[in-house]
Amino acid sequence: MIAMRDFLTGRLVPVLTILVAIVVIWYGAAIGLNGPVIRDFEKRAGETSEGMAFILKTWSQPKPTMPAPHQVAAAFWKYTAGVKLTSNRSLIYHSWVTLSATLLGFALGTALGVVIAISIVHVPALDKSLLPWIITSQTVPILAVAPMIIVLLAAIGVTGLLPKALISTYLSFFPVAVGMVKGLRSPDTLHMDLMRTYSASRAQVLWKLRIPASVPFFFASIKVAIAASLIGAIVGELPTGAVAGIGSKLLAGSYYSQTIDIFAALIAGSICAILLVTLVDITGRLVERRMGAKT
Amino acid sequence: MSTLPVISAKNLDLVFQTGDGSVHALSDITLDIEKGEFVSLIGPSGCGKTTLLRVIADLEKPTSGEISVNGTTPEKARLDGAYGYVFQQAALFPWRTIAKNVALPLEIMGLPAEERTSRIKRNLDLVNLTGFEKKFPWQLSGGMQQRASIARALAVEPDMLLMDEPFGALDEIVRDHLNAELLKLWATTQKTIVFVTHSIPEAVYLSTKIVVMSPRPGRIHEIIDCDLGADRPLDIRETPEFLKIAHQVRDGLREGHSYDE
Ligand SMILES: Nc1ncnc2c1ncn2[C@@H]1O[C@H](COP(=O)(O)OP(=O)(O)O)[C@@H](O)[C@H]1O
Ligand SMILES: [Mg+2]
Repeated sequence: MIAMRDFLTGRLVPVLTILVAIVVIWYGAAIGLNGPVIRDFEKRAGETSEGMAFILKTWSQPKPTMPAPHQVAAAFWKYTAGVKLTSNRSLIYHSWVTLSATLLGFALGTALGVVIAISIVHVPALDKSLLPWIITSQTVPILAVAPMIIVLLAAIGVTGLLPKALISTYLSFFPVAVGMVKGLRSPDTLHMDLMRTYSASRAQVLWKLRIPASVPFFFASIKVAIAASLIGAIVGELPTGAVAGIGSKLLAGSYYSQTIDIFAALIAGSICAILLVTLVDITGRLVERRMGAKT
Repeated sequence: MSTLPVISAKNLDLVFQTGDGSVHALSDITLDIEKGEFVSLIGPSGCGKTTLLRVIADLEKPTSGEISVNGTTPEKARLDGAYGYVFQQAALFPWRTIAKNVALPLEIMGLPAEERTSRIKRNLDLVNLTGFEKKFPWQLSGGMQQRASIARALAVEPDMLLMDEPFGALDEIVRDHLNAELLKLWATTQKTIVFVTHSIPEAVYLSTKIVVMSPRPGRIHEIIDCDLGADRPLDIRETPEFLKIAHQVRDGLREGHSYDE
């Protein structure tokens, strides 16, 4: 009972308040942004509409500058529940295409990040030499690099899932590497001294002390990494005019000025992001509880 | 009884370089500890007791002077698993249960599972923690955590125990019990024990030799022999012999204490 009430006042009410505010602002923005276009059109047609009739018009254009929330909701509903999963118009199908690249890239990126972190912690020379390069790698704008990677890989015959996944990897290894360096170095001197009295090997210190101590850091960084992976996969779908994926839907939508479709695809992308981050969050909580975290 | 001492320090000096100057933590320490001795280090805080223990354990390198442990360097001795170390803080791994914490050194030693299980059971029993195997450290009081860390050090079954104020955080009753258990363990296993304490009665009750230290720089003020025999019931603490040695230690501490604070 109390947990329920806490949930209502603590989470649900604030979240819903923000949601209502966003929807209200959104409707307002639709009036403001679509209004001029309609005025222009009416002037040429020699008609005028006022008040509510005008407002309703701004909310029901087939190709509006800014689609209204209910238009996006209807499109989203149509392209998820209204079509077959295998259909080329299904947002679920396209989301899955993007998600599979995201997950593959995330897995590779996490593995790479962990390996880099372990190397940096164990080889002092790498701390100085590798870290600046890693940081530099992330200052290169991904939108500029992504087409190059995709085109280069296509030239050597690598197409499909992997090129997109590699862009996810590129974006996601960084937060993992940085977070894990910190996590692997987090054991305090007392625990390191204890391991020294046992004459534990470096591998034993790594497995029995550094890695368990880094678990909270790990989950904090993969939460960032998985969101970055999703962005990487979508960006990877943009340059080559990929035939499937949320990125391809965004591209097709902008090509044909289907703003409603663009927004529906964006919503699908956001839902994917929320699902992924939530999944990581829940996994992290379960693991930390098993490791004796106070609940 | 003229075998080589287990621990032999000659003119040890240790200076810590810190941001705001240097600290002379150990000055001209010369000390021999024979096999099977129970040696207590006693003195005001900051007199270098922990540092001396850490030098023996190869956790700290002396600036100058010589030290041998088991007839070799402290490093070799450590690599041979010569000692078990009980830190002033429990130093349990928060993600391991109590039983798993005791298992830690046994895993590192590569002992088989059944041997680990029996050692965990035996040593948790010794410190009265049976029934708490599956608890995580934060679910135990500070004193219970410290007892778990003692069980962890004992489970290694080393020939030498280095203990840094292990019972400092415990209440009197538990402390008495563990003192008696430690004494029993020492008498039956012939372990060499170096024991840091703040408590005069504890030092006199347990030791064969009491090293009184004084601070700034940390040095040995006096070494007091404490031969109360192997059989020491708790009420030996009211006997005149006991009180005489306790007095001697107190005088030593008073002389060594500088009042420049
Ligand atoms: N790692 C260190 N760096 C600098 N100074 C230290 C360090 N460890 C101990 N000291 C200093 O050395 C002196 C002796 O410390 P310690 O051996 O811990 O004394 P005790 O255990 O007798 O209280 C103290 O003045 C302390 O501040
Ligand atoms: Mg100390």
